[in-house]
Amino acid sequence: MGAEGIGAAVRRKEDFRFLTGRGNYTDDINRPGQTHAYFLRSQVAHATIGNIDTAKAAKAPGVVAIFTGADFAADGKGGLPCGWLVKNKDGSPMQEPPHPVLAQGKVRHVGDPIAVVIAETREQAKDAAELIDVQLTELPVVGTMADAVKPGAAKVHDGGNVCYDWHIGDKDACDAAFKKAFKVAKLDLVNNRLIPNAMEPRAAIGDFDRATGEYTLYTTSQNPHVIRLLMGAFVLQIPESRLRVVAPDVGGGFGSKIFHYAEEATVTWASAKVGRPIKWTCDRAESFMSDAHGRDHVSHAEMAMDKDGKFLALRVKTDANMGAYLSTFAPAVPTYLYATLLAGTYTTPVIYAEVRALFTNTVPVDAYRGAGRPEATFLLERLVDNCAAEMGMDRVEIRKRNFIPADAFPYQTPVALQYDSGDYQATLASALKIADWAGFEARRVAAAKKGKLRGIGISTYLEACGIAPSAVVGSLGARAGLYECANIRVHPTGSVTVFTGCHSHGQGHETTYAQLVADRLGISIDQIEVSHGDTNKIPFGMGTYGSRSLAVGGTAIVKALDKIVDKAKKIAAHLLEASPADIELKDGKFVVAGTDKAKAFGEISLAAYVPHNYPIDTVEPGLEETAFYDPKNFTFPGGCHICEVEIDPDTGVTKVVKFTAVDDVGRVVNPMIVEGQVHGGLAQGIGQALLETCVYDENGQLRSGSYMDYTMPRADDLPSFDVATQSTLCTHNPLGVKGVGEVGAIGSPPAVINAVVDALRETGVRHIDMPATPSKIWALLNSGRRAAAE
Amino acid sequence: MPKVSLTVNGRAVSADVEGRTLLVQLLREKLGLTGTHVGCDTSQCGACVVHIDGKSVKSCTYLAVAAEGANVTTIEGLANGNELHPMQAAFKEHHGLQCGFCTPGMVMSAVDLAKRNSNPSEHEVREWLEGNICRCTGYHNIVKAVQAGAKAMAGAKAAAD
Repeated sequence: MGAEGIGAAVRRKEDFRFLTGRGNYTDDINRPGQTHAYFLRSQVAHATIGNIDTAKAAKAPGVVAIFTGADFAADGKGGLPCGWLVKNKDGSPMQEPPHPVLAQGKVRHVGDPIAVVIAETREQAKDAAELIDVQLTELPVVGTMADAVKPGAAKVHDGGNVCYDWHIGDKDACDAAFKKAFKVAKLDLVNNRLIPNAMEPRAAIGDFDRATGEYTLYTTSQNPHVIRLLMGAFVLQIPESRLRVVAPDVGGGFGSKIFHYAEEATVTWASAKVGRPIKWTCDRAESFMSDAHGRDHVSHAEMAMDKDGKFLALRVKTDANMGAYLSTFAPAVPTYLYATLLAGTYTTPVIYAEVRALFTNTVPVDAYRGAGRPEATFLLERLVDNCAAEMGMDRVEIRKRNFIPADAFPYQTPVALQYDSGDYQATLASALKIADWAGFEARRVAAAKKGKLRGIGISTYLEACGIAPSAVVGSLGARAGLYECANIRVHPTGSVTVFTGCHSHGQGHETTYAQLVADRLGISIDQIEVSHGDTNKIPFGMGTYGSRSLAVGGTAIVKALDKIVDKAKKIAAHLLEASPADIELKDGKFVVAGTDKAKAFGEISLAAYVPHNYPIDTVEPGLEETAFYDPKNFTFPGGCHICEVEIDPDTGVTKVVKFTAVDDVGRVVNPMIVEGQVHGGLAQGIGQALLETCVYDENGQLRSGSYMDYTMPRADDLPSFDVATQSTLCTHNPLGVKGVGEVGAIGSPPAVINAVVDALRETGVRHIDMPATPSKIWALLNSGRRAAAE
Repeated sequence: MPKVSLTVNGRAVSADVEGRTLLVQLLREKLGLTGTHVGCDTSQCGACVVHIDGKSVKSCTYLAVAAEGANVTTIEGLANGNELHPMQAAFKEHHGLQCGFCTPGMVMSAVDLAKRNSNPSEHEVREWLEGNICRCTGYHNIVKAVQAGAKAMAGAKAAAD
């Protein structure tokens, strides 16, 4: 079975249904008697809500019901909870303002839902919503983080615009180290706000069954059990046993489908009110103003160095935009997922970071592909390039000089994390070779002859993923542990179903998980099904995000398989009249060691369920096991990305001509899937660096609110990629895996911008904020030319 | 309500639609062909691409009534039973899909390209796919899949001729 086990590039089991149009996404589901919901959303960024007159709309064709925030409150239901508590420097808790499901009293961002119309068709609901008369008294808008902290600024919430003011590291030691510095490199930078834009818009169907009292929610979620927990316990306040959450095929998430959203709670609650199922499907314009956004940091960073260019201390000050409300995991992103990563791959002995989280009248921000780690990496890897410039050193040399050595693991950073394994010199060497770093100058000269500005950029990054370690995250402010669960059910004739608490929305779990089982049990992957996304089938789970599916979910599967094998050996020992200690599992057969006596896997499973003769006194019938896994630590993938660009000075257009990524993701289970995950991450990172950004005007209106305005990377915006992997194994999970989903999006933005800055270096440009659009570059080049001429 | 009659995946169908009903709504909501997806409201993403009389069209910008008498093929009509169309097989072989949401539109666009150009260059594929957005794959493997699929289609056609 080696051909299908760990390490094999097995083609995906799930592809047949997706390729033939037989995927089953939430909007593909229809329930008998279904009605349709349309949300009336605020068109202004900040206002007091007066009277909401729904009388005319209620009489419109097809309308079944209309609900507002007042109806929700009158029913005694709660608001949307926040899952992470961050403390201020003085130890006091962060400001945690209420987040009503439907706005109550005020609207706080364009897109804030005010009312929901339920009608026979979606079009009727949409038509009727236009007839609702809402009295809004506009308030001053807090459009940006700079606005939020101005003296006398309007308040997004009664408690003011600061959510928290947090810090990590040793301030005094840091200040002392800076006093001893030979040189200091400084950098002001912005990490631009992004919109995740999974291709499947969010959707939800609430279906209350009066006969059983059970609520079912079909939703585009990355973690159905978490939605059940949050919605059941905090919003609807009903027992979980009466709430089933199904996340069927989900068309991409990238973080934006982790969170519990207002629409899910609304359709579930309202389906009981109207006595019929209610379906809501977002259109794209609506998703731009209702899906949680990502990133949005403004930072100042300083690195102190000694005379050899060794890093002595790093000092960082960051403002992080929370938007108008706290989304489910938002407070964690700019703190424990960001500042704890500021050591990167380097031995910087002292780090001090201050993070201020601010409320503004914009869409809430939360975790997006990489979450905090791309922000940390972008800051650090841009700063390290400036360090090299400040020292007059080579960019590669300064990195080599400061890397954590391969023999220094486990390595304790000054900002909480302990890395278990890595070899940064090796990934760097490999990437330099593949990218032909040494040959670059010749290519630069050749490009210059054509009138093009060619640049090369490098980033060596590290991330913390496999998000789970409950003790660690608990000490960092998580209000819940984050372990994972697997249940393995061996059926009587030897086929196997894996029930996992993780959720696949493009990552290929149905194949990768089947490979784990095939590898261990020696059966074909055709005999193995993977079931996920339904709280009625799976005991519990925390879903898929933060590259946790294989490191945490996969390990839970391995632990459950251990139990299966252990029990199967007892059954085999009975059937073969041997001692369980003498039974070996070889090539799908249970063999008495040193003999040719054997039982096939299918014979054992049949005996477990329908035996003629069974050791009932010592072994229970059945072959099904459950395991939970809570890792001791995060996993730490890392790597080196090298980007080569060519800029046309006449148009400002940047073309990525070559992109090399060498990623250390630990053991690789399916190299084809790993490569695909890297490609996708690179596209998102390059998209952020060159094309994508979320733009608000001074009134809080979203100007990049559709695909006409938000520049999604298209096929001809991107190159083909040169990717390779390296494997230093994770030391604390049995598979040795680290995670891959985010590495592409983490390593690539600084590589691209470093390349752009390198291309523009001779013109005097030292930094450019993302996205490095043609107009921005053209303006930079031309102001440089003007300056030179003057 | 106007009535529209057309052929979808070789089957004659007719349905009552509103004047504003889009072809994609007719396919998904009235005919239950949910393989054709809606990913945006500005005809930018291409998740809804189907063939009308053999040519790729975004079904979210095509009124159902305008399809009167047309021959429509959706992703459901491409495979021969359990045997994948060569372009579908190429997407599987080259891992040209992840979440699968943009995939039907990608495949339908790619089949149209392959009919016009049996050996497209990487540049030609990337340019042709401008109207289809994928957020998962980074296009790298889609491009490879489309090139391989086009060759396979040409090979299959040559064998049939």
